[in-house]
Amino acid sequence: MLANPRTRIRNPKKRAMLLSALYIAQEQYGWLSPEAIQRVADRLSLTPGQVFSTASFYTMFKLEPQGRYAVQVCEGLSCYLVGGAEPVIEQVKQRLNIEPGETTPDGRFSLEIVQCLAACDLAPAIKVNDELYGDLTAEKLEALLTELAKKEI
Amino acid sequence: MFEPVLTANIHRPDSEKIAVYLAHGGYAAAQKALTQYTPEELIDIVKRSGLRGRGGAGFPAGVKWGFMPKDPSVEKIVAVNTDEGEPGTFKDRQIVERDPHQVIEGVIIASYAVGASRAYVYIRGEFFLGVKRWIKAIADAYEGGFLGKDILGSGFNLDMSVHRGAGAYICGEETAMIESLEGKPGNPRMKPPYPAQVGLFGLPTLVHNIETLACIRHIVLRGPEWFAGIGSEQSKGPKIFSVSGHVNRPGNYELPLGTSLREIIYEHAEGVRGGRQIKAIIPGGASTPVLTADQIDTLMTFEDLEKAGSQLGTGAIVVMDETTCIVEAARRTTKFFAHESCGRCVPCRIGSVRLFETLDRIEHGKGLAEDIDRALYLAENIDGRTFCPMGAALVNPARSTILKFRPEYEYHIEHKHCLNGEKN
Repeated sequence: MLANPRTRIRNPKKRAMLLSALYIAQEQYGWLSPEAIQRVADRLSLTPGQVFSTASFYTMFKLEPQGRYAVQVCEGLSCYLVGGAEPVIEQVKQRLNIEPGETTPDGRFSLEIVQCLAACDLAPAIKVNDELYGDLTAEKLEALLTELAKKEI
Repeated sequence: MFEPVLTANIHRPDSEKIAVYLAHGGYAAAQKALTQYTPEELIDIVKRSGLRGRGGAGFPAGVKWGFMPKDPSVEKIVAVNTDEGEPGTFKDRQIVERDPHQVIEGVIIASYAVGASRAYVYIRGEFFLGVKRWIKAIADAYEGGFLGKDILGSGFNLDMSVHRGAGAYICGEETAMIESLEGKPGNPRMKPPYPAQVGLFGLPTLVHNIETLACIRHIVLRGPEWFAGIGSEQSKGPKIFSVSGHVNRPGNYELPLGTSLREIIYEHAEGVRGGRQIKAIIPGGASTPVLTADQIDTLMTFEDLEKAGSQLGTGAIVVMDETTCIVEAARRTTKFFAHESCGRCVPCRIGSVRLFETLDRIEHGKGLAEDIDRALYLAENIDGRTFCPMGAALVNPARSTILKFRPEYEYHIEHKHCLNGEKN
Protein backbone atom coordinates (compact mmCIF):
# COMPACT_ATOMS: atom_id res chain seq x y z
CA MET A 1 0.00 0.00 0.00
CA LEU A 2 1.07 3.52 -0.74
CA ALA A 3 0.17 4.94 2.67
CA ASN A 4 2.43 7.82 3.49
CA PRO A 5 3.68 7.81 7.10
CA ARG A 6 3.23 11.58 7.20
CA THR A 7 -0.45 11.37 6.46
CA ARG A 8 -1.18 8.11 8.23
CA ILE A 9 -3.43 8.60 11.22
CA ARG A 10 -5.01 6.18 13.61
CA ASN A 11 -8.43 5.13 12.41
CA PRO A 12 -8.46 7.68 9.58
CA LYS A 13 -12.03 7.20 8.45
CA LYS A 14 -13.37 7.81 11.95
CA ARG A 15 -11.63 11.18 12.14
CA ALA A 16 -13.04 11.99 8.70
CA MET A 17 -16.42 12.27 10.41
CA LEU A 18 -15.20 15.16 12.54
CA LEU A 19 -16.64 18.05 10.52
CA SER A 20 -20.02 16.32 10.27
CA ALA A 21 -19.94 15.55 13.99
CA LEU A 22 -19.15 19.19 14.78
CA TYR A 23 -22.14 20.33 12.69
CA ILE A 24 -24.40 17.95 14.60
CA ALA A 25 -23.04 19.07 17.97
CA GLN A 26 -23.39 22.73 16.98
CA GLU A 27 -27.00 22.18 16.04
CA GLN A 28 -27.76 20.45 19.35
CA TYR A 29 -25.91 22.88 21.62
CA GLY A 30 -26.33 26.05 19.56
CA TRP A 31 -22.55 26.50 19.66
CA LEU A 32 -19.47 24.40 20.30
CA SER A 33 -19.23 24.70 24.06
CA PRO A 34 -16.42 22.90 25.92
CA GLU A 35 -18.98 20.25 26.77
CA ALA A 36 -19.89 19.79 23.11
CA ILE A 37 -16.22 19.55 22.13
CA GLN A 38 -15.65 16.92 24.82
CA ARG A 39 -18.62 14.87 23.65
CA VAL A 40 -17.43 14.90 20.03
CA ALA A 41 -13.94 13.90 21.18
CA ASP A 42 -15.30 10.99 23.20
CA ARG A 43 -17.43 9.72 20.34
CA LEU A 44 -14.62 9.82 17.77
CA SER A 45 -11.79 8.64 20.08
CA LEU A 46 -9.95 11.94 19.64
CA THR A 47 -8.55 14.31 22.25
CA PRO A 48 -10.46 17.54 22.96
CA GLY A 49 -7.36 19.34 21.66
CA GLN A 50 -7.59 17.62 18.28
CA VAL A 51 -11.28 18.48 18.03
CA PHE A 52 -10.68 22.08 19.08
CA SER A 53 -7.86 22.53 16.59
CA THR A 54 -10.16 21.55 13.74
CA ALA A 55 -13.20 23.42 15.08
CA SER A 56 -11.28 26.66 15.55
CA PHE A 57 -9.85 26.52 12.01
CA TYR A 58 -13.23 26.89 10.30
CA THR A 59 -15.28 30.09 10.50
CA MET A 60 -18.62 28.30 10.46
CA PHE A 61 -17.92 26.52 13.74
CA LYS A 62 -18.90 28.84 16.57
CA LEU A 63 -16.92 28.75 19.77
CA GLU A 64 -19.25 31.28 21.40
CA PRO A 65 -23.04 31.37 21.70
CA GLN A 66 -24.78 32.89 18.66
CA GLY A 67 -28.08 34.66 18.16
CA ARG A 68 -31.08 32.71 16.87
CA TYR A 69 -30.66 34.59 13.60
CA ALA A 70 -27.04 34.97 12.57
CA VAL A 71 -26.94 37.86 10.09
CA GLN A 72 -23.87 37.47 7.90
CA VAL A 73 -23.00 40.43 5.67
CA CYS A 74 -20.64 39.89 2.74
CA GLU A 75 -17.85 42.46 2.51
CA GLY A 76 -16.47 41.13 -0.77
CA LEU A 77 -15.40 43.28 -3.70
CA SER A 78 -18.43 42.63 -5.91
CA CYS A 79 -20.86 43.48 -3.09
CA TYR A 80 -18.89 46.63 -2.27
CA LEU A 81 -18.87 47.79 -5.89
CA VAL A 82 -22.65 47.84 -6.08
CA GLY A 83 -23.26 49.62 -2.80
CA GLY A 84 -23.16 46.67 -0.40
CA ALA A 85 -20.81 45.77 2.46
CA GLU A 86 -20.30 48.80 4.79
CA PRO A 87 -23.67 50.51 4.19
CA VAL A 88 -25.40 47.18 4.84
CA ILE A 89 -23.30 46.51 7.94
CA GLU A 90 -24.07 50.05 9.17
CA GLN A 91 -27.80 49.54 8.68
CA VAL A 92 -27.80 46.25 10.61
CA LYS A 93 -25.71 47.81 13.39
CA GLN A 94 -28.14 50.73 13.75
CA ARG A 95 -31.21 48.57 13.56
CA LEU A 96 -30.04 45.93 16.05
CA ASN A 97 -27.80 48.16 18.14
CA ILE A 98 -24.92 45.67 18.08
CA GLU A 99 -21.41 45.63 16.68
CA PRO A 100 -20.05 42.88 14.38
CA GLY A 101 -19.27 39.83 16.51
CA GLU A 102 -21.98 40.69 19.03
CA THR A 103 -25.39 39.22 19.87
CA THR A 104 -28.48 41.18 20.91
CA PRO A 105 -29.23 40.86 24.67
CA ASP A 106 -32.40 38.86 23.93
CA GLY A 107 -30.31 36.36 21.99
CA ARG A 108 -32.34 36.86 18.83
CA PHE A 109 -29.76 38.34 16.44
CA SER A 110 -26.02 38.26 15.98
CA LEU A 111 -24.04 40.16 13.36
CA GLU A 112 -21.07 38.77 11.51
CA ILE A 113 -19.01 40.14 8.62
CA VAL A 114 -18.20 37.36 6.17
CA GLN A 115 -16.14 36.92 3.03
CA CYS A 116 -17.39 36.36 -0.52
CA LEU A 117 -20.52 34.17 -0.51
CA ALA A 118 -20.17 33.23 -4.20
CA ALA A 119 -23.33 35.19 -4.92
CA CYS A 120 -21.72 38.11 -6.78
CA ASP A 121 -24.48 37.96 -9.41
CA LEU A 122 -26.93 38.74 -6.60
CA ALA A 123 -24.81 41.44 -4.97
CA PRO A 124 -25.27 42.99 -2.48
CA ALA A 125 -25.83 39.71 -0.66
CA ILE A 126 -26.25 38.59 2.94
CA LYS A 127 -27.03 35.31 4.63
CA VAL A 128 -29.24 34.73 7.64
CA ASN A 129 -28.41 31.32 9.08
CA ASP A 130 -28.50 29.07 6.00
CA GLU A 131 -30.65 31.31 3.82
CA LEU A 132 -29.13 33.57 1.13
CA TYR A 133 -30.68 36.99 0.41
CA GLY A 134 -29.51 38.77 -2.74
CA ASP A 135 -30.11 42.01 -4.69
CA LEU A 136 -30.48 43.66 -1.32
CA THR A 137 -31.79 47.21 -0.89
CA ALA A 138 -32.16 49.21 2.33
CA GLU A 139 -35.94 48.63 2.17
CA LYS A 140 -35.62 44.89 1.65
CA LEU A 141 -33.16 44.60 4.53
CA GLU A 142 -35.43 46.61 6.83
CA ALA A 143 -38.40 44.41 5.92
CA LEU A 144 -36.38 41.24 6.53
CA LEU A 145 -35.12 42.36 9.93
CA THR A 146 -38.63 43.46 10.94
CA GLU A 147 -40.02 40.10 9.96
CA LEU A 148 -37.35 38.19 11.85
CA ALA A 149 -37.84 40.41 14.91
CA LYS A 150 -41.48 39.33 15.09
CA LYS A 151 -40.92 35.62 14.56
CA GLU A 152 -41.36 33.22 17.45
CA ILE A 153 -38.11 31.85 18.73
CA MET B 1 -22.55 29.12 -34.09
CA PHE B 2 -21.63 28.29 -30.52
CA GLU B 3 -24.09 26.10 -28.67
CA PRO B 4 -23.96 26.18 -24.85
CA VAL B 5 -23.82 22.66 -23.40
CA LEU B 6 -22.76 23.02 -19.76
CA THR B 7 -25.64 25.37 -19.04
CA ALA B 8 -28.11 23.89 -21.53
CA ASN B 9 -30.11 22.28 -18.76
CA ILE B 10 -30.03 24.89 -16.02
CA HIS B 11 -32.78 27.17 -17.29
CA ARG B 12 -35.33 24.38 -17.46
CA PRO B 13 -37.86 24.18 -14.61
CA ASP B 14 -36.79 21.63 -11.96
CA SER B 15 -33.51 21.15 -13.82
CA GLU B 16 -31.90 19.68 -10.70
CA LYS B 17 -34.28 16.70 -10.70
CA ILE B 18 -33.21 13.38 -12.14
CA ALA B 19 -36.46 13.00 -14.13
CA VAL B 20 -35.76 16.25 -16.02
CA TYR B 21 -32.14 15.25 -16.53
CA LEU B 22 -33.12 11.83 -17.91
CA ALA B 23 -35.79 13.36 -20.15
CA HIS B 24 -33.03 15.34 -21.89
CA GLY B 25 -30.61 12.53 -22.55
CA GLY B 26 -29.16 12.32 -19.06
CA TYR B 27 -26.70 9.52 -18.25
CA ALA B 28 -26.37 8.60 -21.94
CA ALA B 29 -22.68 9.49 -21.72
CA ALA B 30 -22.13 7.24 -18.70
CA GLN B 31 -23.89 4.42 -20.57
CA LYS B 32 -21.71 4.99 -23.62
CA ALA B 33 -18.48 5.26 -21.62
CA LEU B 34 -19.07 2.18 -19.50
CA THR B 35 -20.25 -0.06 -22.34
CA GLN B 36 -18.30 1.08 -25.39
CA TYR B 37 -14.94 2.26 -24.10
CA THR B 38 -12.09 0.86 -22.07
CA PRO B 39 -10.61 3.05 -19.32
CA GLU B 40 -7.50 3.61 -21.48
CA GLU B 41 -9.64 4.78 -24.39
CA LEU B 42 -11.42 7.26 -22.16
CA ILE B 43 -8.16 8.69 -20.85
CA ASP B 44 -7.04 9.07 -24.44
CA ILE B 45 -10.31 10.79 -25.41
CA VAL B 46 -9.99 13.32 -22.59
CA LYS B 47 -6.34 13.93 -23.48
CA ARG B 48 -7.25 14.53 -27.12
CA SER B 49 -10.07 16.91 -26.16
CA GLY B 50 -7.51 19.32 -24.70
CA LEU B 51 -9.66 19.85 -21.59
CA ARG B 52 -7.83 21.85 -18.92
CA GLY B 53 -8.97 22.13 -15.31
CA ARG B 54 -11.57 24.82 -14.65
CA GLY B 55 -10.77 25.35 -10.98
CA GLY B 56 -8.06 27.93 -11.58
CA ALA B 57 -4.79 26.16 -12.33
CA GLY B 58 -5.70 24.90 -15.80
CA PHE B 59 -3.85 21.60 -15.64
CA PRO B 60 -4.64 19.23 -18.56
CA ALA B 61 -7.31 16.85 -17.26
CA GLY B 62 -6.34 13.83 -19.36
CA VAL B 63 -2.73 14.06 -18.21
CA LYS B 64 -3.95 14.11 -14.60
CA TRP B 65 -5.98 10.94 -15.28
CA GLY B 66 -2.89 9.36 -16.77
CA PHE B 67 -0.93 10.03 -13.56
CA MET B 68 -3.19 7.71 -11.56
CA PRO B 69 -1.55 4.34 -10.91
CA LYS B 70 -2.77 1.55 -13.21
CA ASP B 71 -2.43 -1.27 -10.63
CA PRO B 72 -6.01 -2.56 -10.11
CA SER B 73 -5.16 -3.87 -6.64
CA VAL B 74 -4.63 -0.31 -5.37
CA GLU B 75 -7.81 1.38 -4.17
CA LYS B 76 -8.30 4.77 -5.81
CA ILE B 77 -10.46 7.79 -5.09
CA VAL B 78 -12.04 10.67 -7.00
CA ALA B 79 -12.49 13.89 -5.01
CA VAL B 80 -14.97 16.43 -6.33
CA ASN B 81 -14.15 20.04 -5.52
CA THR B 82 -17.24 22.23 -4.97
CA ASP B 83 -15.43 24.52 -2.53
CA GLU B 84 -15.97 27.63 -4.62
CA GLY B 85 -14.60 30.61 -2.75
CA GLU B 86 -12.57 32.79 -5.08
CA PRO B 87 -14.20 36.25 -4.85
CA GLY B 88 -16.09 36.99 -8.06
CA THR B 89 -16.76 33.32 -8.86
CA PHE B 90 -20.24 31.84 -8.68
CA LYS B 91 -20.38 29.27 -11.49
CA ASP B 92 -20.03 26.17 -9.32
CA ARG B 93 -22.86 27.28 -7.05
CA GLN B 94 -25.14 27.46 -10.07
CA ILE B 95 -23.97 24.12 -11.48
CA VAL B 96 -24.56 22.22 -8.26
CA GLU B 97 -27.85 23.94 -7.48
CA ARG B 98 -29.27 23.61 -10.97
CA ASP B 99 -27.61 20.60 -12.60
CA PRO B 100 -25.84 18.25 -10.17
CA HIS B 101 -26.50 15.14 -12.29
CA GLN B 102 -24.31 16.48 -15.07
CA VAL B 103 -21.43 16.44 -12.60
CA ILE B 104 -22.30 13.00 -11.23
CA GLU B 105 -22.17 11.68 -14.78
CA GLY B 106 -18.68 13.15 -15.16
CA VAL B 107 -17.66 11.58 -11.85
CA ILE B 108 -18.86 8.14 -12.98
CA ILE B 109 -16.90 8.36 -16.22
CA ALA B 110 -13.76 9.70 -14.54
CA SER B 111 -13.92 7.06 -11.80
CA TYR B 112 -14.31 4.30 -14.36
CA ALA B 113 -11.40 5.65 -16.40
CA VAL B 114 -8.99 5.80 -13.46
CA GLY B 115 -10.36 2.75 -11.63
CA ALA B 116 -11.71 4.56 -8.57
CA SER B 117 -14.34 2.87 -6.44
CA ARG B 118 -15.18 5.81 -4.19
CA ALA B 119 -15.96 9.45 -4.91
CA TYR B 120 -16.05 12.12 -2.24
CA VAL B 121 -17.74 15.43 -2.87
CA TYR B 122 -16.41 18.35 -0.87
CA ILE B 123 -18.76 21.33 -0.87
CA ARG B 124 -18.37 24.74 0.64
CA GLY B 125 -20.19 24.93 4.00
CA GLU B 126 -22.03 28.11 3.06
CA PHE B 127 -23.74 26.41 0.09
CA PHE B 128 -26.67 25.10 2.08
CA LEU B 129 -28.95 24.66 -0.93
CA GLY B 130 -26.05 23.10 -2.83
CA VAL B 131 -25.51 20.56 -0.06
CA LYS B 132 -29.17 19.58 -0.18
CA ARG B 133 -29.08 19.32 -3.97
CA TRP B 134 -25.95 17.16 -3.91
CA ILE B 135 -27.42 14.77 -1.34
CA LYS B 136 -30.72 14.42 -3.19
CA ALA B 137 -29.04 13.98 -6.59
CA ILE B 138 -26.71 11.27 -5.29
CA ALA B 139 -29.60 9.44 -3.61
CA ASP B 140 -31.58 9.57 -6.87
CA ALA B 141 -28.57 8.40 -8.88
CA TYR B 142 -28.25 5.37 -6.59
CA GLU B 143 -31.94 4.67 -7.04
CA GLY B 144 -31.61 4.91 -10.80
CA GLY B 145 -28.73 2.43 -10.86
CA PHE B 146 -26.12 5.03 -11.85
CA LEU B 147 -24.21 4.65 -8.58
CA GLY B 148 -23.60 1.64 -6.37
CA LYS B 149 -22.91 -1.89 -7.50
CA ASP B 150 -22.74 -3.03 -11.14
CA ILE B 151 -23.58 0.35 -12.66
CA LEU B 152 -25.72 -0.02 -15.81
CA GLY B 153 -24.83 -3.69 -15.92
CA SER B 154 -21.18 -2.94 -16.61
CA GLY B 155 -19.76 -4.63 -13.52
CA PHE B 156 -18.29 -1.29 -12.42
CA ASN B 157 -18.93 -0.23 -8.80
CA LEU B 158 -18.83 3.30 -7.44
CA ASP B 159 -19.92 4.80 -4.13
CA MET B 160 -20.32 8.53 -3.73
CA SER B 161 -20.90 10.72 -0.69
CA VAL B 162 -21.07 14.41 0.22
CA HIS B 163 -18.93 16.20 2.79
CA ARG B 164 -19.61 19.73 3.88
CA GLY B 165 -16.77 22.16 4.47
CA ALA B 166 -17.12 24.80 7.15
CA GLY B 167 -15.85 28.12 5.85
CA ALA B 168 -12.23 28.18 4.69
CA TYR B 169 -11.14 29.50 1.27
CA ILE B 170 -7.91 27.51 1.42
CA CYS B 171 -9.86 24.22 1.29
CA GLY B 172 -10.32 24.87 -2.43
CA GLU B 173 -6.62 24.02 -2.76
CA GLU B 174 -6.59 20.31 -3.51
CA THR B 175 -4.35 19.07 -0.70
CA ALA B 176 -6.04 21.34 1.88
CA MET B 177 -9.36 19.92 0.70
CA ILE B 178 -8.02 16.41 1.26
CA GLU B 179 -6.90 17.33 4.78
CA SER B 180 -10.35 18.74 5.46
CA LEU B 181 -12.02 15.58 4.13
CA GLU B 182 -9.91 13.68 6.65
CA GLY B 183 -11.39 15.79 9.44
CA LYS B 184 -8.41 18.03 9.98
CA PRO B 185 -7.70 21.76 9.68
CA GLY B 186 -7.32 22.65 5.99
CA ASN B 187 -3.56 23.12 5.85
CA PRO B 188 -2.12 22.38 2.40
CA ARG B 189 0.34 19.50 2.12
CA MET B 190 3.81 19.62 0.67
CA LYS B 191 3.89 18.52 -2.99
CA PRO B 192 5.22 16.11 -4.12
CA PRO B 193 3.81 13.63 -3.47
CA TYR B 194 0.88 14.75 -5.58
CA PRO B 195 -2.64 13.52 -4.79
CA ALA B 196 -2.43 11.09 -7.72
CA GLN B 197 0.20 9.24 -5.68
CA VAL B 198 -0.74 9.98 -2.07
CA GLY B 199 -4.11 11.62 -1.61
CA LEU B 200 -7.14 11.07 0.57
CA PHE B 201 -6.45 8.50 3.33
CA GLY B 202 -3.08 7.96 1.70
CA LEU B 203 -4.69 6.58 -1.47
CA PRO B 204 -4.17 7.80 -5.04
CA THR B 205 -6.75 10.53 -5.58
CA LEU B 206 -7.98 12.36 -8.67
CA VAL B 207 -9.18 15.86 -7.73
CA HIS B 208 -11.33 17.90 -10.10
CA ASN B 209 -13.38 21.07 -10.01
CA ILE B 210 -17.03 20.41 -10.86
CA GLU B 211 -17.03 22.48 -14.05
CA THR B 212 -14.20 20.26 -15.34
CA LEU B 213 -16.28 17.18 -14.51
CA ALA B 214 -19.33 18.73 -16.19
CA CYS B 215 -17.35 18.89 -19.47
CA ILE B 216 -16.67 15.12 -19.47
CA ARG B 217 -20.19 14.08 -20.42
CA HIS B 218 -20.17 16.28 -23.51
CA ILE B 219 -16.70 15.15 -24.59
CA VAL B 220 -17.83 11.51 -24.45
CA LEU B 221 -21.09 12.17 -26.30
CA ARG B 222 -19.81 14.56 -28.97
CA GLY B 223 -16.24 13.38 -29.25
CA PRO B 224 -12.91 14.98 -28.40
CA GLU B 225 -12.65 16.61 -31.85
CA TRP B 226 -15.83 18.60 -31.22
CA PHE B 227 -14.43 19.87 -27.90
CA ALA B 228 -11.00 20.62 -29.33
CA GLY B 229 -12.66 22.49 -32.19
CA ILE B 230 -13.88 25.15 -29.76
CA GLY B 231 -11.49 27.79 -28.43
CA SER B 232 -7.84 28.44 -29.18
CA GLU B 233 -4.62 26.49 -29.56
CA GLN B 234 -4.05 25.99 -25.84
CA SER B 235 -7.51 26.67 -24.44
CA LYS B 236 -10.21 24.31 -25.63
CA GLY B 237 -13.90 24.00 -25.09
CA PRO B 238 -16.75 25.95 -23.55
CA LYS B 239 -16.29 27.88 -20.32
CA ILE B 240 -18.66 29.48 -17.85
CA PHE B 241 -17.69 33.09 -17.18
CA SER B 242 -19.08 34.69 -14.02
CA VAL B 243 -19.48 38.43 -14.54
CA SER B 244 -20.09 40.85 -11.66
CA GLY B 245 -19.32 44.36 -10.48
CA HIS B 246 -20.37 47.45 -12.42
CA VAL B 247 -22.23 45.71 -15.25
CA ASN B 248 -25.87 45.96 -16.20
CA ARG B 249 -26.51 42.24 -16.19
CA PRO B 250 -24.28 40.29 -13.83
CA GLY B 251 -24.48 36.52 -14.23
CA ASN B 252 -22.95 33.34 -15.59
CA TYR B 253 -22.36 33.18 -19.35
CA GLU B 254 -21.25 30.02 -21.11
CA LEU B 255 -19.10 30.95 -24.10
CA PRO B 256 -16.19 29.48 -26.04
CA LEU B 257 -12.76 30.00 -24.52
CA GLY B 258 -11.23 32.73 -26.64
CA THR B 259 -14.19 35.09 -26.42
CA SER B 260 -12.99 38.65 -25.88
CA LEU B 261 -13.54 40.55 -22.65
CA ARG B 262 -15.25 43.22 -24.74
CA GLU B 263 -17.85 40.81 -26.06
CA ILE B 264 -18.49 39.31 -22.62
CA ILE B 265 -18.85 42.66 -20.89
CA TYR B 266 -20.65 44.69 -23.55
CA GLU B 267 -22.78 42.07 -25.30
CA HIS B 268 -23.54 39.43 -22.71
CA ALA B 269 -23.40 41.46 -19.50
CA GLU B 270 -24.96 44.40 -21.40
CA GLY B 271 -22.30 46.98 -20.69
CA VAL B 272 -21.28 49.16 -17.78
CA ARG B 273 -23.85 50.63 -15.41
CA GLY B 274 -24.79 54.21 -16.20
CA GLY B 275 -22.81 54.02 -19.44
CA ARG B 276 -19.62 54.87 -17.56
CA GLN B 277 -16.07 54.08 -18.64
CA ILE B 278 -14.22 51.01 -17.43
CA LYS B 279 -11.26 51.60 -15.16
CA ALA B 280 -10.08 48.08 -14.36
CA ILE B 281 -11.11 44.48 -14.96
CA ILE B 282 -10.26 41.43 -12.87
CA PRO B 283 -10.34 38.65 -15.49
CA GLY B 284 -10.18 35.41 -13.49
CA GLY B 285 -11.21 35.93 -9.89
CA ALA B 286 -9.80 38.12 -7.12
CA SER B 287 -6.38 36.44 -7.13
CA THR B 288 -5.61 37.31 -10.76
CA PRO B 289 -3.82 40.57 -11.68
CA VAL B 290 -6.09 43.41 -12.85
CA LEU B 291 -6.23 44.56 -16.45
CA THR B 292 -6.80 48.15 -17.57
CA ALA B 293 -9.53 49.46 -19.86
CA ASP B 294 -7.21 49.45 -22.91
CA GLN B 295 -6.85 45.66 -22.54
CA ILE B 296 -10.56 45.06 -23.16
CA ASP B 297 -9.87 43.24 -26.42
CA THR B 298 -7.88 40.53 -24.63
CA LEU B 299 -9.22 37.07 -25.43
CA MET B 300 -10.25 34.90 -22.52
CA THR B 301 -7.75 32.06 -22.94
CA PHE B 302 -4.97 30.76 -20.72
CA GLU B 303 -2.30 31.97 -23.13
CA ASP B 304 -3.74 35.39 -24.05
CA LEU B 305 -4.28 36.36 -20.43
CA GLU B 306 -0.79 35.24 -19.56
CA LYS B 307 0.52 37.46 -22.37
CA ALA B 308 -1.56 40.30 -20.94
CA GLY B 309 0.13 39.82 -17.58
CA SER B 310 -2.75 38.09 -15.86
CA GLN B 311 -4.38 34.65 -15.64
CA LEU B 312 -7.61 32.95 -16.68
CA GLY B 313 -8.09 31.61 -13.14
CA THR B 314 -11.71 30.60 -12.65
CA GLY B 315 -12.93 32.89 -15.45
CA ALA B 316 -14.63 35.22 -12.96
CA ILE B 317 -14.73 38.74 -14.38
CA VAL B 318 -15.16 41.69 -12.01
CA VAL B 319 -15.70 45.00 -13.80
CA MET B 320 -14.79 48.26 -12.05
CA ASP B 321 -15.89 51.55 -13.60
CA GLU B 322 -14.18 54.95 -13.53
CA THR B 323 -15.66 55.88 -10.14
CA THR B 324 -13.93 52.97 -8.38
CA CYS B 325 -11.17 53.72 -5.89
CA ILE B 326 -8.49 51.28 -6.96
CA VAL B 327 -6.70 51.43 -3.60
CA GLU B 328 -9.89 50.44 -1.81
CA ALA B 329 -10.48 47.57 -4.28
CA ALA B 330 -6.96 46.26 -3.59
CA ARG B 331 -7.27 46.85 0.17
CA ARG B 332 -10.54 44.94 0.37
CA THR B 333 -9.28 42.00 -1.67
CA THR B 334 -6.05 41.81 0.31
CA LYS B 335 -8.09 41.82 3.52
CA PHE B 336 -9.86 38.76 2.19
CA PHE B 337 -6.59 36.91 1.67
CA ALA B 338 -5.22 37.97 5.05
CA HIS B 339 -8.40 36.62 6.63
CA GLU B 340 -8.20 33.36 4.70
CA SER B 341 -4.50 32.56 5.17
CA CYS B 342 -4.37 29.18 6.89
CA GLY B 343 -1.47 30.41 9.01
CA ARG B 344 0.82 27.53 8.29
CA CYS B 345 3.75 29.37 6.74
CA VAL B 346 5.22 32.72 7.71
CA PRO B 347 5.32 34.64 4.40
CA CYS B 348 1.58 34.17 3.93
CA ARG B 349 0.47 34.38 7.57
CA ILE B 350 2.40 37.54 8.43
CA GLY B 351 3.04 38.94 4.97
CA SER B 352 -0.66 39.06 4.08
CA VAL B 353 -1.46 41.02 7.22
CA ARG B 354 1.43 43.46 6.74
CA LEU B 355 0.38 43.96 3.12
CA PHE B 356 -3.19 44.63 4.19
CA GLU B 357 -2.07 47.07 6.90
CA THR B 358 0.02 48.98 4.37
CA LEU B 359 -2.89 49.34 1.95
CA ASP B 360 -5.24 50.15 4.81
CA ARG B 361 -2.97 53.02 5.88
CA ILE B 362 -2.81 54.41 2.35
CA GLU B 363 -6.57 54.14 1.83
CA HIS B 364 -7.33 55.85 5.13
CA GLY B 365 -5.08 58.84 4.53
CA LYS B 366 -2.28 57.70 6.81
CA GLY B 367 0.02 56.42 4.09
CA LEU B 368 3.73 57.13 4.28
CA ALA B 369 5.80 57.99 1.24
CA GLU B 370 7.64 54.66 1.43
CA ASP B 371 4.45 52.58 1.74
CA ILE B 372 4.06 51.93 -1.98
CA ASP B 373 7.52 50.46 -2.26
CA ARG B 374 6.97 48.65 1.03
CA ALA B 375 3.91 46.97 -0.48
CA LEU B 376 5.90 45.93 -3.56
CA TYR B 377 8.73 44.66 -1.35
CA LEU B 378 6.29 42.58 0.70
CA ALA B 379 4.73 41.20 -2.48
CA GLU B 380 8.16 40.24 -3.80
CA ASN B 381 8.94 38.35 -0.60
CA ILE B 382 5.63 36.49 -0.39
CA ASP B 383 5.28 35.42 -4.04
CA GLY B 384 6.90 32.04 -4.63
CA ARG B 385 8.02 31.68 -1.03
CA THR B 386 4.96 29.99 0.38
CA PHE B 387 3.95 26.39 0.82
CA CYS B 388 0.97 26.56 -1.53
CA PRO B 389 -0.15 28.81 -4.43
CA MET B 390 -1.97 31.14 -2.00
CA GLY B 391 1.15 33.29 -1.64
CA ALA B 392 1.36 33.96 -5.36
CA ALA B 393 -2.37 34.67 -5.38
CA LEU B 394 -2.56 37.06 -2.47
CA VAL B 395 -0.01 39.55 -3.76
CA ASN B 396 -1.73 40.07 -7.11
CA PRO B 397 -4.40 42.61 -6.12
CA ALA B 398 -1.86 44.91 -4.45
CA ARG B 399 1.03 44.44 -6.87
CA SER B 400 -0.97 44.63 -10.10
CA THR B 401 -2.88 47.74 -9.05
CA ILE B 402 0.32 49.49 -7.93
CA LEU B 403 2.02 48.67 -11.22
CA LYS B 404 -0.95 49.89 -13.25
CA PHE B 405 -2.35 52.72 -11.11
CA ARG B 406 0.66 53.98 -9.16
CA PRO B 407 -0.29 57.68 -9.55
CA GLU B 408 -3.57 56.92 -7.77
CA TYR B 409 -1.66 55.45 -4.80
CA GLU B 410 0.63 58.50 -4.78
CA TYR B 411 -2.38 60.80 -4.83
CA HIS B 412 -3.81 59.04 -1.76
CA ILE B 413 -0.57 59.49 0.14
CA GLU B 414 -0.08 63.11 -0.87
CA HIS B 415 -3.68 64.33 -0.49
CA LYS B 416 -4.82 61.90 2.23
CA HIS B 417 -7.96 61.01 0.28
CA CYS B 418 -9.21 59.31 -2.90
CA LEU B 419 -8.91 60.73 -6.40
CA ASN B 420 -12.68 61.00 -6.64
CA GLY B 421 -12.67 62.52 -3.18
CA GLU B 422 -15.49 60.40 -1.80
CA LYS B 423 -13.95 59.17 1.45
CA ASN B 424 -10.66 58.56 3.08
